[in-house]
Amino acid sequence: MSPVLSGVLQMLALVAALALAHLPLGTWMARVYSSRTHWRVEKWIYKGIGADPDTAMRWPAYLRGVLAFSLAGVLFLYLLQRLQGILPGSLGFVSIDPDQAFNTAASFVSNTNWQSYYGEQAMGHVVQTAGLAVQNFVSAAVGIAVAVALVRGFAGSRTGELGNFWADLVRGVVRVLVPLAAVGAVVLVACGVVQNFSGIHEVGQFLGAPQQWNGGAVASQEAIKELGTNGGGYFNANSAHPFENPTPFTNLFEIFLILLIPVSLTRTFGVMTGSVRQGYAILGAMATIWLSFTALMMWTEFAHHGPALQAAGGAMEGKELRFGIGGSSLFAVSTTLTSTGAVDSFHSSFTGLGGGITMLGMMLGEIAPGGVGSGLYGMLIMAVVAVFIAGLMVGRTPEYLGKKIGSREIKYAACYILITPALVLTLTAAAVVLPTPGDSTTNSGAHGFSEILYAYTSASNNNGSAFAGLNADTQWFNTTLGLAMLLGRFLPMVFVLALAGSLAEQRPVPVTAGTLRTEKPLFTGLLVGAVLIIAGLTYFPALALGPLAEGLAS
Amino acid sequence: MKISATHTARLLGAGLRALLVLTVVTGIVYPLVITGVAQGLFPGKANGSRIEADGEVVGSSLVGQAYDLPLGDGRETPEPDLRWFQGRPQNGLGTNSVNTRYDLILSGATNRSADNAELVRWVEEAKAAVVRDNSVPGRPVRPSDVPPDAVTSSGSGLDPHISPEYAGLQVRRVAERNGLPVARVQELVDAHTTPRTLGFIGEPRVNVLELNIALRELRQT
Repeated sequence: MSPVLSGVLQMLALVAALALAHLPLGTWMARVYSSRTHWRVEKWIYKGIGADPDTAMRWPAYLRGVLAFSLAGVLFLYLLQRLQGILPGSLGFVSIDPDQAFNTAASFVSNTNWQSYYGEQAMGHVVQTAGLAVQNFVSAAVGIAVAVALVRGFAGSRTGELGNFWADLVRGVVRVLVPLAAVGAVVLVACGVVQNFSGIHEVGQFLGAPQQWNGGAVASQEAIKELGTNGGGYFNANSAHPFENPTPFTNLFEIFLILLIPVSLTRTFGVMTGSVRQGYAILGAMATIWLSFTALMMWTEFAHHGPALQAAGGAMEGKELRFGIGGSSLFAVSTTLTSTGAVDSFHSSFTGLGGGITMLGMMLGEIAPGGVGSGLYGMLIMAVVAVFIAGLMVGRTPEYLGKKIGSREIKYAACYILITPALVLTLTAAAVVLPTPGDSTTNSGAHGFSEILYAYTSASNNNGSAFAGLNADTQWFNTTLGLAMLLGRFLPMVFVLALAGSLAEQRPVPVTAGTLRTEKPLFTGLLVGAVLIIAGLTYFPALALGPLAEGLAS
Repeated sequence: MKISATHTARLLGAGLRALLVLTVVTGIVYPLVITGVAQGLFPGKANGSRIEADGEVVGSSLVGQAYDLPLGDGRETPEPDLRWFQGRPQNGLGTNSVNTRYDLILSGATNRSADNAELVRWVEEAKAAVVRDNSVPGRPVRPSDVPPDAVTSSGSGLDPHISPEYAGLQVRRVAERNGLPVARVQELVDAHTTPRTLGFIGEPRVNVLELNIALRELRQT
């Protein structure tokens, strides 16, 4: 079997597994977020919080819950890192510097998991499990909660109510993320991912002196890192490290975990709005983009243009042999079309065009299928824009799912779309113009520019992967990237929830012969077109200076 | 709507309490339960898949090692010990810069781009070395025979595998240096070649540490 065929078969196996798994999970999540009963453990948690889970919130109250919880997360995680030096169970590791601690706290709370530190030498057991892994769960649950609130906005009628944030948060953790992560973690351990608290210890080698290993609760973190589209690795090499991703099967399984919840949420959306075909139309747009990107990535990586890759005879620099080019291409596309940012191969050493594909995936807004929650609400915002464009073409007031898209709704959607490009392009321009940030790059020329563009694209879109040649542990990058992550996560959420509140106040209008049929393939095509045109027009000049220049030169 | 300071404080308090409760669930109970299950069901794998030879731990079957000669006087980079099968280059590995009382290996890639001049040089030098080291009298290795994994660093720097092609390239050299018949060494490589999982997942590969352990056993018999 040729490596190309193996890559294609792995892609098809993933599609089949997701097609099967997303139906029960999507339906289950719809039941979870519509349920009126509380599990006993949830009642204990609500008592601990001091919140009534049955109070329906309007959008400002829901948003205040999101922001208060996330602010508490940033402060707690910052303090935990600053105090690491005096905490027991930290392997004797010292406290993290203020700028890096801020960056990491912002990074994990915003579901980005950008890492300017080396996991194996900087973070002890306490920070990893009680700090970073906790945010892997709760930041994902916050993302799902906001997406569900938007779905309720479409499904609701004249109440303005979006549900209860505390109930959505706790249910997401207790009923969805913890059970799935537990199963995933045990599967990973069975394949060789480590799970212990033995700390740093010496292990003999075949020749020469023993080597020092860093043990840890890796499998438990790895499972939620993929499942919650977080991406922050226990080790510096992330999912390329054999202790995080030991076999070709775990590689495919981890990609499956990354895509599982975002894909299933389209089903949840369909069930909650009363038409699963609406969910399929959204999923169709996501799948079209994911499949095209995967095909393009495999094409450019197998063709291996670029002087170093030509000299080597294949694009294996930065890739693990057990995954090969097919498995690595699948992972790279899936991690950048979601907000994951975990890597099983290093994007900086991909072909010029391959690196460009990873960047473009993030620039689309990570909506195919996107981060947990953020993928669905991002794609629904694009659907609102697509409906609006179609409405302009035929001269009718646009509607989506029975709700009118008026000037207020389209302004919220437009603001949502403008935030990340504004952050990415402004901060990249500032970093390039200022004298010192450029010193952080490893490569020169177009690729050096790409390192900086990639960093701000990744941070503002809450991805977290990197062209890792960039030395981001400087005060400039720690601070600006930290701000980009926080603004790129929470400002869009403001507009999503405002839009949800505005939709929830409306009474649904009846479907007529003139209504745009948003459950049809035609709409899926329109949606893909809107996504590509909006991102393409926004980022084309920046891409031309970086990956396109590099890719076309080789 | 007017939001008072007390209201904000109460809300922040709720956020903090929610975080602490969920930290207990996901940051303490969850990892401890998983660790218990992992150590109970798969203790060998949960502790790093160590393998032993002659009663001593010689590493993990998952983590690649270097098979080098001891560092000679005045040299900065060690020479490969050509009696043993060699793994992939490890140019991306680092040494720890904080908490330096430990001597950790930092996993990582070179992150050099496809048009990076230094990477081109590394690849060309590695290819020349593979050709030089593995050519035996009457059997020269051609540069076009060298597979890509032999001249590139992996993503982790700890790749435990090489391709069957790169292992096959080393058979004659290893046989000659160890005074073994070529056919016996080739059999060893064939026995340690793992095919794709289920026939299509991943790439065919050879675990270098396991192969070298078997080679050492063969030498001793």
